[in-house]
Parts: sequence; C-alpha cells; structure tokens
Amino acid sequence: MAYSTKLIDHYENPRNIGSLDKNAEDVGTGLVGAPACGDVMKLQIKVGPDGLIEDAKFKTFGCGSAIASSSLVTEWVKGKTVDEAETIKNTDIAKHLALPPVKIHCSVLAEDAIKAAIADYRAKSAKKEEEPVAPGDQAVAAAK
Amino acid sequence: MNALAQFRRNDQPIYLDYQATTPMDSRVLEAMMPYFTYKFGNAHSRSHAYGWEAEEAVEKARAQVAKLIGADEKEIIYTSGATESNNLAIKGVAEFYKDRRNHIVTTVTEHKCVLDTCRHLEQQGFSVTYLPVQKNGLVDLEQLRAAVTDKTVVVSVMAVNNEIGVIQPLAEIGKICREKGAFFHTDAAQAVGKIPLDVNAMNIDLMSISGHKIYGPKGIGALYVRRKPRVRLVAMINGGGQERGFRSGTLPTPLCVGLGEAADICLKEMDAEAKRLTKLRDRMLKGLQAKLPEIYVNGDLDQRIPGNLNISFAYVEGESLMMGIKGLSVSSGSACTSASLEPSYVLRALGVDEELAHTSLRIGLGRFTTEQEVDTAVDELVRHVTKLREMSPLWEMAQEGIDLKSIEWAAH
Repeated sequence: MAYSTKLIDHYENPRNIGSLDKNAEDVGTGLVGAPACGDVMKLQIKVGPDGLIEDAKFKTFGCGSAIASSSLVTEWVKGKTVDEAETIKNTDIAKHLALPPVKIHCSVLAEDAIKAAIADYRAKSAKKEEEPVAPGDQAVAAAK
Repeated sequence: MNALAQFRRNDQPIYLDYQATTPMDSRVLEAMMPYFTYKFGNAHSRSHAYGWEAEEAVEKARAQVAKLIGADEKEIIYTSGATESNNLAIKGVAEFYKDRRNHIVTTVTEHKCVLDTCRHLEQQGFSVTYLPVQKNGLVDLEQLRAAVTDKTVVVSVMAVNNEIGVIQPLAEIGKICREKGAFFHTDAAQAVGKIPLDVNAMNIDLMSISGHKIYGPKGIGALYVRRKPRVRLVAMINGGGQERGFRSGTLPTPLCVGLGEAADICLKEMDAEAKRLTKLRDRMLKGLQAKLPEIYVNGDLDQRIPGNLNISFAYVEGESLMMGIKGLSVSSGSACTSASLEPSYVLRALGVDEELAHTSLRIGLGRFTTEQEVDTAVDELVRHVTKLREMSPLWEMAQEGIDLKSIEWAAH
C-alpha cells in the first residue's frame, strides 16, 4: 500500500505525543476505539483562560494511518476555540493525509477523539460552575 | 552460494518472510538453465532425442522429489503448485468415492486453498467437519478420532502451519485414518524439506508439495498419490492423459528439474540447515525477550519448524510496527495489510485474544538468513516496539495498572 508523504511524515515524526494531567480542570480527555478492533486513540486538549486550546497531546495504538490521523488533529486543534475544533471533519483529515479507502475509519476515529475530548472538557467546566469545590475523580477514561 | 547476498541490493530490506516464499537456490537455477535453452524438448515427444532428453530430466527430478518423502517415483504427479495439489487431492478423491463416502475432516487452521476447497465441496453436497485446534495450534487426536466415521473419505490436515509453523502429529493422524479406512491427505507445502517426512511410516496417502517454498521455482509443485493401496482420483484437468491421467498438459521441464534439484538439496542439507536455523531462531527470540517485556510466541515452540516465529508484541499494532521496521520484510499476523481488517483466523483459532492478534508478526528465517541479519532485525524490532509503546495509550494504561479488560470499549 503506498501512503502519502504527509502520512508517512506524521507516522515517522508524530507531533505532540504524550499525556496531560487528566485530572486537571482545564484538560479534556477523549479515549475512543477498542483494542480488539486494532485502534485506540487517546486525545487530550488543554484550554486556556482565553478559551483557546493552548495544548493538545495524543497517544495511539493502531496502524500508521491511525497514528498519522491523531497526530494531525493535535496540530489542527491548537490555537482554535473549542467550538472551532469541534467543526473538524473526518473527511478533511482523510483528504489531507490521502488515506486509502480501507483506512477511512482512522480519520473517523480521530474526529470522534476530538469530540470526546471536548465533551469531557465541557462536562468538567459545567460541573465546576455548579460546585466549585472537589475537583476529584471525574476524570478517568471517558471510553463511552 | 548465498543467492540473497549475491543478488540483494544494499537498499533492499532483510528478507524474513520465508514462509511466504523463498529465493531460488543458485544451484537450482543452474540445473534448470539448459532446459530453458538448448535442451528445450517436449518430455512427451517419443520420436526424437530432444524429447528423450527432456523426459529423462523430468523423470530424474520425479525420483528426487519421491526420495525426499520416502515415496516411489511413480507416485509423484507434477502440478502447478500446492494450491492445485490440494484441490486435486481433496476434490479428486471426494468425487471418485462419493457414492460410498461423502464426509471430509479437516481443521480450522488449514490454508485458505484447503478451506475454500472444502467449502466448495459442501456446496456440492459433501459434509465437512472443521476440527478446532488446541491453544498450541495442534489438533486434538481424540477429537480427530471421534470425527472420522465410516463415511469419511479423506482427512486433510496440514503438516506445518504457514503462519505459526507448528508441526501436526502426522504419524498419529495417519494411524487413525488407516484404522478407520479414510484416506489421509496432508498439505506439506511448509514441511517438505524442513522436517523429515516418510509417507509410509506416517501412513500418508496424498501429500501436496510446493516448489517455491523449498528454494525451487514458482509455478511448480507436486502431489504424492499412493499406489499401494491405490488411491484413485478424478482428474481436474483433462487432456492428453499425462501424469497417469491425473493431470494433463505438457510438463514444464525446467520447472520440474528445478523442483527435483531443490528437493535433492533439501535431502542432503536438511539436518545441518535445521540445526543452524534453530540456533538463529533462538538467538532472535532471546534477543527480543532480553529487551522487550510482554512479548508472546504464538503456537507451540517445540513442535515447530526451525525457521518460524510468530510473536505478539503486546500494545503495539502489527501494521504500524511493520511500517516502522522498513529494513525488514516480515508478514503481519493481523492481516491489516490486506484489504481485510480482521486479525488472522489462525491466531483466533488458537484462542489468542483479538487485541493480541492485532499485535502479531510472522518472522520467517531460511537458508540465506545470517546471524548478522538476525542481530540487525532484533535491534530494529526493539527500537520500534519501544517507540510505539511509548505512544500507545494501552501501554500507558497497563503501566498505570489499569486492567484493559475492565474498560467498556466502544467497538467500531
């Protein structure tokens, strides 16, 4: 299978690998996929006081296309507002990396990962407004 | 003598996929050359010297093949390869004996060409029993005994599995088949020339052989068909009645010669080669185990051909690993490289967890593999597995002590 140069570049030099503190209030964590399917993505965003995503990190278990898709979206979400990040479409990811048809599900998973991270961040913010105390155990893996 | 060292360009990866195919031994090529050029006669031409010369060559080669498996040369039928041999053996006997027996026994880990042939026969009205295998990949003899009835025409069990390299208990299976009056067919494409085989001691009635798995040419194989007691087959290819009427068509003399020469080399060098490959395989496995925790060998390690390893590198997906180890040519057990995203049916049949099946590589060592290549391969695998684990969320969770099975994953 011939992969695009962009895809190979993201696979060989993945951007933003790592983890943020999943218990922090300004961090949203998305964990999507399943080991049995051969793809699991963890994507995290850190939202600054100005409402912009100031950092994003990922870890991915999956094929080269899955790794490249998640690496790419961490680049794309940085500097965006949460609302803007939410508009990233799997088709944009697939197009940018020139994913072959059998790998389209990798881009779908990457979109799901952003959405899950945003949902986690919003849930935390809402909770914070309700009861500003106890930032405790609500983090963990949001594998829904 | 090292064909690969001789022909491999510096920018080509190290070949570690000997179960897929093997490079031709230069001695084989040398034996074949005259039959491509000035010894071009048709082996079936009876009226002149060109024909006689070719006939002599194919018959010599037939004897070489026969000798490797303890058969008589009259029992060897040339075919285009193991796929054709498997088709001819199973369909051929099923068709011939269908009025008396209409049941076939095989296993779930057979090569696709056996499984697909059996599926085809099911559609023709035959019944087929697909035996499971044990966790180590071997068939349970008591289950096999129970499955064979007085309606069973043939039991088809592969000698060595192409993915995990495990050796089935052929002599025991042959004994059961003989007791029950069923024919025993074995797909020995991965076994011939790698382990000692004897059709009489093992009570094998039909055996499929491939040329390109034993450092011979592609496009040629053979089927052993027992003469005493005689096994009868309905031919698949009709024509001039060559090959005892089992397989019509002009013999490809150079390919036959190549198969014979390859068999002859195997016969002479099998013992030494097995010892050398066992050493190399152990070196590779020890090298990997020394630096990588949580790697698992799939399939029995003792009942296994020397040149095969099938390893799950937990928490690292197989295809991404293959993409990383660009200097090595291996095969993925996860089969994600093909259009199908399903993990290998062989690994699943062993009961390997799906998530582990996705992390598997098949590594095949062979005649031209060197110690230096093994060491390079170990280094490259260790480097990339470590790198990919650092970016694996599953590895991170496992390190944090989270039980991955406790998480409700969303299957997609």
